[in-house]
Amino acid sequence: MEKIKTMKEEKKKNAQAPWADLNLSNEKLIKIYRDMLLIRRFEERAAQEYGKGKIGGFCHLYIGQEATGVGAIAPLREDDFIYTAYRDHGQAIARGMSSKGCMAELFGKATGVSKGIGGSMHFYDLSKGFMGGWGIVGGHPPLAAGSAFATKYQGRDSVTICFMGEASTNQGVFHEILNMAMLWKLPIIFICENNGYGMGTAISRAMAGEHLFEKAAGYEMARGAVNGMDVIEMYREMSVAIERARKESLPTFLEARTYRFRGHSMSDPGQYRTKDEIDEYKKRDPIETFGSALKQWNVLSESAIEKLEEEIKAEVQEAVEFADASPQPPIDVLYDHVYA
Amino acid sequence: MAVLQIREAINQAIDEEMERDSGVFIMGEEVAQYNGAYKVTQGLWKKYGDKRVIDTPITEAGFAGIGIGAAMTGIGVRPIVEMMTWNFAILAFDQIINHAAKASYMSAGQFKVPIVFRGPNGPAHMLGAQHSQALESMMAHVPGLIVMTPSTPFDAKGMLKAAIRDDNPVIFMESEMMYGNKGEVPEEEYIIPIGKGDIKREGTDVTIIAWTKMVAVALKAAEELQKEGINAEVLDPRTLRPLDEELIIESVKKTNRCVIVEDSWPFASVGTEIAHRIHTIAFDYLDAPVEKINSADIPMPYAENLEHAALPSSEKVIAAVKKVLYR
Repeated sequence: MEKIKTMKEEKKKNAQAPWADLNLSNEKLIKIYRDMLLIRRFEERAAQEYGKGKIGGFCHLYIGQEATGVGAIAPLREDDFIYTAYRDHGQAIARGMSSKGCMAELFGKATGVSKGIGGSMHFYDLSKGFMGGWGIVGGHPPLAAGSAFATKYQGRDSVTICFMGEASTNQGVFHEILNMAMLWKLPIIFICENNGYGMGTAISRAMAGEHLFEKAAGYEMARGAVNGMDVIEMYREMSVAIERARKESLPTFLEARTYRFRGHSMSDPGQYRTKDEIDEYKKRDPIETFGSALKQWNVLSESAIEKLEEEIKAEVQEAVEFADASPQPPIDVLYDHVYA
Repeated sequence: MAVLQIREAINQAIDEEMERDSGVFIMGEEVAQYNGAYKVTQGLWKKYGDKRVIDTPITEAGFAGIGIGAAMTGIGVRPIVEMMTWNFAILAFDQIINHAAKASYMSAGQFKVPIVFRGPNGPAHMLGAQHSQALESMMAHVPGLIVMTPSTPFDAKGMLKAAIRDDNPVIFMESEMMYGNKGEVPEEEYIIPIGKGDIKREGTDVTIIAWTKMVAVALKAAEELQKEGINAEVLDPRTLRPLDEELIIESVKKTNRCVIVEDSWPFASVGTEIAHRIHTIAFDYLDAPVEKINSADIPMPYAENLEHAALPSSEKVIAAVKKVLYR
């Protein structure tokens, strides 16, 4: 698990499709591609709507990291749980939350996934096990461990996955949770999305040591790095980790090496990294890479991809129209749900 | 009626709720094999085993968060998280304030967080500054939390049972100085609802409001005052958030005078809020401004004489009562 392979290398080596070992139907492969593309187009549109003043506050885009979220969520069961941080739109969409509800939440509307109360950083859908959507760096991994604790306590074989940014691994509570997850053998997978920057601070300026995933070594937890720009690689390593959690009730720590093509949030001018660096990563665009592979192995034709693009464009347009037309929450909900 | 210590009453509440509901468990430092730092969980590990009485590493933020996440999952789990003291729980304030208190609201009611954080709060005796803090005002400041502060074995048991059964995060603040205090506790089941205060001593001349340890200080002052012909009412709100405003206002309307006693710091305390409400709601009934007795506005010193000087006492309460009576 520790070696990072790119899909290109994989292809050279193998005379078969990169997913040949994975029992993935064409339908599922197309769904994975579609989810990534939907996230990309949704986020691009969110950026535009932010620019128009339709979306307020902080807005952290997932563009560039689509393979990580989709590849991690695709192998899950419906009764599994997902926790994430504030860059949560992509994972919500990957979990099947409607683009309408997600866009409406960004617009602060009553029809949003959190009824306009949560906002960009706080998407929730308990019915889909999508537990959010948390804004304090390093604050939510304890909750995710709690979810894994609860399912184990109740004798269920659900697993919990917990996305977190690489910067959160410098927080103290991260280590508390890795310790307890291993000590109590919790069925959880920590997916550390290492996009190289904690806001504007490069990881090398914030973290001692080079091998992030080895932080889990101190707790003797199964661990490894995976190419987070490769959705099939993500799917494969997650499938192994999910199996470990479900069958053996053991945690895994996965470092998904990825990159965000946009700034930390909408207000980030991005002066801490070079254009060359960004361009270099854009050559490894997870959607283009996977799209080419799907074409190469005759899962999708060029015209089918174009058709998907059209479909998604229409879906996003519909989401924006829905969000725009939806009402703001009525003032009389101001005090609702402070208490259950 | 059985006479129990507060620690036994709390133990009974936990035991009965664990028996009633298999989703209830308790976790914290030394709660299992050691039987609790203050012996509150005595015998529970033996009875329920590792699965439901769980010793944690010393990681307040971590296990508080695990409790919150477990409660939020919505699959019938109701954690009780013991904080060895609330001083240590400060490490978990991010989990409690940023996560437990906001999960229901931010999700527009999708999440419920049925969890109790309980443990001793407030200065004990000669423990120095880091171990001698009354933090109820900080917790009561936060919408989304319920704050309960029992003062008798009877209250502790009935209130904790209500807390465990509630679907919100409850901050349950006890006192290590009071665990050995005894009182009558009925054999049959009873629940003391959240938000219900209690008159600990009826009186007509002044209302003294106090909770947890300060109730005893207030009652002692009331006894002394009786000797001078001053008939003080002692009111224990029991729950600080939500506050039993009705009981407080009714009492003040009757006595027209009020003194609040708390061992937390004076600045922006629960007492400040109570005084404000009395001044705005019952202004016309007041014959004097509300007085407030607090711990001194300092980190707690260790030396016995200095600590004594810093804490509220019945003497200070008596002086405040005389002030509001213009005597």
